[in-house]
Amino acid sequence: MLTEALTTSALLFVIGTFGVLVRRNAIIMFLCIELQLNAVNLALVAFSRYVGVEGQVFVFFVMTVAAAEAAVGLAIIISIFRHYRTVNVDNFNLLKW
Amino acid sequence: MEIPIHVLVFYLVALVVVGSACIVAFSRNIVHSAFSLLGTFGGVAALYVFLGADFVAAVQVLIYVGGILVLILFAVMLTHRISDIDITNRTVGRIPGLVAGAVFLGILVYAIAGTDWAKAREVAFEPTTAAIGNLFLGEYLLPFQIAAVVLLVALIGAITLSRKEIKE
Repeated sequence: MLTEALTTSALLFVIGTFGVLVRRNAIIMFLCIELQLNAVNLALVAFSRYVGVEGQVFVFFVMTVAAAEAAVGLAIIISIFRHYRTVNVDNFNLLKW
Repeated sequence: MEIPIHVLVFYLVALVVVGSACIVAFSRNIVHSAFSLLGTFGGVAALYVFLGADFVAAVQVLIYVGGILVLILFAVMLTHRISDIDITNRTVGRIPGLVAGAVFLGILVYAIAGTDWAKAREVAFEPTTAAIGNLFLGEYLLPFQIAAVVLLVALIGAITLSRKEIKE
């Protein structure tokens, strides 16, 4: 069961990584980051079954940061959308050197 | 050879998780992506149940499905003009991304398959909620409090960022 869960987690993480690398829509990239966070949570829970319940405590901290990131990230995306009328990250080059 | 039913269900759930994750990452329609995230989050919650983490599974449903997913759907509806689907989804750098992803997956699977995990205790299921509560209010009290402050700051920041500015 551990190997299967870890493999699922690895697949999920790689799909998320690929999405962040390839897609240019800010919201899709954001969804892919959520996939990556979920993959890490899955790996932590899988290990906690064999190592101890502490792993699940870390899952809650990851979830807290994910919730905070969702709130702030989506607020940033929405205020950028109001300004540029688009969410394509290639257009956000104001801070680009 | 008879495959036990719980193994079969586990693989089915894992398939749902990976399949809907693929839709999230590759779908041309952003609304489809957002709704497929429901399958991923729900499937991961089911996997938590398989791994004996009851409280984490409940919290996954409450926070991710009930909170973050609704937030994301709101953001999609607010930023995306439903009528023009095509503009949302160009992909760039597909080949380098694919190579990087494949190499990374290879390394991860190699590490997972090659390691001799210590499978000392295949214990029977027991409730974890009390143990988690004790850890939060004992050993991890300071991180617990800091997490509360992080959430408060994030909420205030989100409100400040997304409100409309009214200039006098």
